[in-house]
Amino acid sequence: MIQNVTSLEMPVDEEFRIVKNHFTNGKGKRICIVTGTHGDELEGQYVCYLIAKMVKENMHLLQGTVDIYPALNPLGIDSMQRGVPAFDLDMNRIFPGNSRGSMIEKVAHDIYTDLSGADMVIDIHASNIFLREMPQVRISEQTAELLVPYAKLMGIDFIWIHQAATVLESTLAHSLNSTGTPCLVAEMGVGGRISHSMCHQLVDGIQNMMFHMGIWQEEPDKSSLKESIVSQGNDAVAFLNATTSGVFITELHNDVTVKKGQTVGQIISPLTGDVLCDVKAPCDGLLFTLRAYPMVYEGSLLGRIHRL
Amino acid sequence: MKVQTIFSMSSPYRDDFRIKAYTFGEGEKTLCIVGSMRGDEIQQQYVASRLVALLKFAEESNRIQPGVSISVIPSVNPFSINIEKRFWALDNTDINRMFPGYNQGETTQRIAAGLFEFIKDFKFGIQLASYYLPGNFLPHVRMIHTGFEDVEDAKYFGFPYIAIRDPEPFDTVLLNYNWQIWETQAFSLYAGTTDTIDHEMARISIDAVCRFMTYKGMASLSMSGSGTQTPTIVEGSQLISIQAPHAGILIVEREAGQEVKQGNVLARIMHPYEGYQVCEIKSPVSGTVFFARNKSITFQNTLLFRIIEEGKDD
Repeated sequence: MIQNVTSLEMPVDEEFRIVKNHFTNGKGKRICIVTGTHGDELEGQYVCYLIAKMVKENMHLLQGTVDIYPALNPLGIDSMQRGVPAFDLDMNRIFPGNSRGSMIEKVAHDIYTDLSGADMVIDIHASNIFLREMPQVRISEQTAELLVPYAKLMGIDFIWIHQAATVLESTLAHSLNSTGTPCLVAEMGVGGRISHSMCHQLVDGIQNMMFHMGIWQEEPDKSSLKESIVSQGNDAVAFLNATTSGVFITELHNDVTVKKGQTVGQIISPLTGDVLCDVKAPCDGLLFTLRAYPMVYEGSLLGRIHRL
Repeated sequence: MKVQTIFSMSSPYRDDFRIKAYTFGEGEKTLCIVGSMRGDEIQQQYVASRLVALLKFAEESNRIQPGVSISVIPSVNPFSINIEKRFWALDNTDINRMFPGYNQGETTQRIAAGLFEFIKDFKFGIQLASYYLPGNFLPHVRMIHTGFEDVEDAKYFGFPYIAIRDPEPFDTVLLNYNWQIWETQAFSLYAGTTDTIDHEMARISIDAVCRFMTYKGMASLSMSGSGTQTPTIVEGSQLISIQAPHAGILIVEREAGQEVKQGNVLARIMHPYEGYQVCEIKSPVSGTVFFARNKSITFQNTLLFRIIEEGKDD
């Protein structure tokens, strides 16, 4: 059943709506699948479609509630903008919102309130247009003890337990986790694209979690589920940042292991024909993030390596 | 006047990115003024540039006190101003969410780190700031409760209002907050407008900075107004917020700085197709308009006004 989470008038003959698809059958736990916080991240669109299709065609297997929120930033998705158009705000930096705040703060509050109390929220992201990510779940250190077992149920390639930066305190995941609603952040793929195999893998993982939570009465095909690599600790991940501005080219793709000193890519000058910088791996490890958008400034993130 | 490039970076095809500092006087790092940080902060850029001109004249006429050094950084982000984009040119990140910065991090973290390295040792810091919503403010000094803020010093600007609020999670990555943590007395100055120049507001803001420099013994500068010695301290919770009950075309009737009586019409919302008045926005209290939206359309629930209620200030 399609339900409004919140709605507001827009200036000229349009209603702003956040909607969810609410599936429920009998008593049981509630899982929420949310995505579309950033308008340039589309991987979650296909995941929502696959789960909605699975549930509506097999309602007899549902024992509890599945709520699907495919677009927390509908204006951004429909106009290919990462932030909230007209406000130039990052939707994932204003949670938990404010019921008496301005339009977008109220929207954030209504979303947060609607999700609160769920037994699990999975917040699906797709990096951005600049970086390509292998399928992973990101968890802050404070919530690792509770959330890592759930993340492992998803059979996802990689679990990154990281220190919470201050600015992340205004994310949806932090707001929910800090008030007792468990929320896992899934990252995969690249902005503006849909990677079918990754989406199917994540759906199998979510179905497996639903099965173990008692929400779904059928085990998934486990052939795509993996033993997760867990990365934790300050020095567990090496960051590759551009040391000069130019055009970044690479022959690699992410989800490969690299050796210390191996060339990850080059920053080149199309004007002069020079290689401005050889980008080399600083350590042995798993290249789980790799730059997808070639133009770089000094400091632009080129990759992340989990040290092995 | 000493002109320094305090941070530079190459770009793929554009000219080098540069942050320049203009320094007047010699001695202890006394006051640093930071102008525009976002690409739409034209008023802030203008005020900073006028301060450079004024301090150049002051230095040439020996009006800067011995042992005092005053630096002005007119723009932290010329790349965004030049392409009329609010945030960073490539990835749309906000430099004012990156402090204290990280010189091995991403581009805007490096820019923040480069700036902060130069400005962190000053005794006093003024940021010419803007608000995230489009609108005009009564010129005021804004401070965040950090335990390091000094309201008494803020009074030297002579503004009628000093706004203080508790920090939100995102505040800890702002320049003002980090300046204070590094023991610089930091003030955010709201010079009325953002993307257009308001000469009167600019004059008031320049006067305020001159007054601060003069009363704090940094320089001897003339001012066109006396300012108030008894500003009203406004806590965030004391501001009455007025939101749009409906969306539509917004006709603003009252501007920032105007006094209003309870029941006065502040704005009207018109139907965008049929031209009739959808509703009037009336002031729920008597007081002074502190913030007024300056866009001509509104969503439902958009913040339109903030009012300082008469008799509620202290």
